[in-house]
Amino acid sequence: MKIVACVKRVPATDTRVKVGIDGVSVDTAQVEWVINPYDEFAVEAALQIKEKAGEGEVTIVSLAPPEATKELRTCLAMGADKAILLSDPDASSRDAQLTATALAKVISELSPDLVLTGKLAVDRDQGQVGSLIAAKLGWACLTEIKALEIADGKAVCERSGEGGNREKYDVALPAVLTCTKGLNEPRYASLKGIMAAKKKPIDERPADLGEARMAIKSLELPAERSEGRIVGEGAEAVPELVRLLREEAKLL
Amino acid sequence: MSDYRGVDYYELDDLLTEEERMVRDTTRDFVSEAIMPIIGECYEEGRFPMEIIPQVGELGLLGPNLPEEYGGAGLGPVAYGLIMQELERGDSGIRSFVSVQGSLVMWPIFAYGSEEQKAKWLPAMAKGEKIGCFGLTEPDHGSNPAGMVTHAKQDGGDWIINGAKMWITNGTISDVAVVWARTDEGIQGFLVEKGTPGFSAPEQKRKYSLRASVTSELVFEDVRIPDANRLPGVTGLKGPLGCLSQARYGIAWGGLGAAMACYDEALEYTKGREQFGKPLAGFQLVQQKLANMVTEITKGQLLVWRLGKLKEAGKVRPQHVSMAKRNNVGRALEIARVARDMLGANGITAEYQCMRHMCNLESVNTYEGTYDIHTLILGQDVTGIAAFA
Repeated sequence: MKIVACVKRVPATDTRVKVGIDGVSVDTAQVEWVINPYDEFAVEAALQIKEKAGEGEVTIVSLAPPEATKELRTCLAMGADKAILLSDPDASSRDAQLTATALAKVISELSPDLVLTGKLAVDRDQGQVGSLIAAKLGWACLTEIKALEIADGKAVCERSGEGGNREKYDVALPAVLTCTKGLNEPRYASLKGIMAAKKKPIDERPADLGEARMAIKSLELPAERSEGRIVGEGAEAVPELVRLLREEAKLL
Repeated sequence: MSDYRGVDYYELDDLLTEEERMVRDTTRDFVSEAIMPIIGECYEEGRFPMEIIPQVGELGLLGPNLPEEYGGAGLGPVAYGLIMQELERGDSGIRSFVSVQGSLVMWPIFAYGSEEQKAKWLPAMAKGEKIGCFGLTEPDHGSNPAGMVTHAKQDGGDWIINGAKMWITNGTISDVAVVWARTDEGIQGFLVEKGTPGFSAPEQKRKYSLRASVTSELVFEDVRIPDANRLPGVTGLKGPLGCLSQARYGIAWGGLGAAMACYDEALEYTKGREQFGKPLAGFQLVQQKLANMVTEITKGQLLVWRLGKLKEAGKVRPQHVSMAKRNNVGRALEIARVARDMLGANGITAEYQCMRHMCNLESVNTYEGTYDIHTLILGQDVTGIAAFA
């Protein structure tokens, strides 16, 4: 079984974001990059399918600046077979449409049985790319899966629906599945894996993006939270608290 | 709490290869996720967390510098050092466990052992299925190992060992002890297996330091072992001293890790805590302490990075290792004490790490060559005059 896992490098989730001088992008000077946590679930799921089947190939595909090989190397150290870096110096500013276009082109070339990716990237929080890839390829797409098994040439998946309903699906392959927390526990790259990853190929090629149909106009940090206020203590404070929540905060 | 990111004031990451950074990061993540949540409690209870051993083995942290055929990963010295740094960021006791298993047991079996001994022990030890300890220090012979009284006498095809060792990390939990004993041919190393009649390894309790690590006595009363358990590759004190050079190399890196943890904690604490209407970090006395800490850490990083390169090039001398062990652990202990002070009353609680590191580093400063002994090694090296006795 051929599996593609799409990953994105993102600033570590505890990064204190600063807006760059262009006013539309994040200042990346002091940023610590990590693999998007949801994409780690996708990589782990791909590796588990391959290990369970005892055969197959896991390819990592990422739209990233050319220097961003460390995150791909980490995926290879976890056990993936090869990686393709679609080189784009402005990768983190690309809109979902362009990202999906570039990824879908490579994926159709690789013609895998299954594409896995995170439900969203934690930098832009849009959650579009997985679905857009499926749309471009005309494949089935299931989002936010929490369980996955391959049986009789189908992907048997579970996801949480409205109100926490557990939905179980049979998905015909090829398909695109987006992964969420609960699917698995991503492994560490072992030291032997790290040494083995040195010999695995990272194929770097220019991203084939097409023309952008939208552009970010401005980027502003959220307003600083104003200081809290202690209304009173015990049960007698409740009426005043309710009044303030209703009249001042307008939350009730 | 934000994720721990280490200390890199001088952009020393640029000196590391991608592979070295990956090894460091994987160890760092493991420490953040598997060690930090439990270590405070282990320390209070005086318990070594046996439950982490399988994962430590699976990650490849045991004997990672050995070749793959023996279960290692064939890592270079800098990558190995970074592992020790990150483990000791968690706790000196955890790093001690890994140091002893890798540098003091697997390494001598690899360097001085027979093919049978290597095949029997190394792959199982790399996986953490078997644990080892190293017996050199004795109750009455610490800094002067040449005075050891433990001896082994040949008896037909066997050896009979009598004597005692003390301050032995991992002793009670070990499946095998590398024991150095006096023989008619000079000092030799022997592999003594758990359960051998006459051999016992009672734990030394009531410690204020390295509480998340097992420390034991090894007692030998007419312990009979076959000649196949003798390490054939070395005779004389250079055998154990060669092992110590390996372990001390790792400790020089490890000390930095503990220092980084204390600096990181003191920095975050003093930025967050306000007194007299502003953060503690805004006061000159506090800033001076932080500036000293980050400077000493940066100097220590350069020292061990260069030491690693010398080791890689085969140019390292034991005296080079002494300089780095002495400096980095000595400075780490000072940094831990200052960090404890900077955290005020909170610094003495188990909510914070600095006092645990401080107490641990008292041991690390003493073991594997005390601070003063390394001073004399350097003194002898630069003057040509020994001042030990």
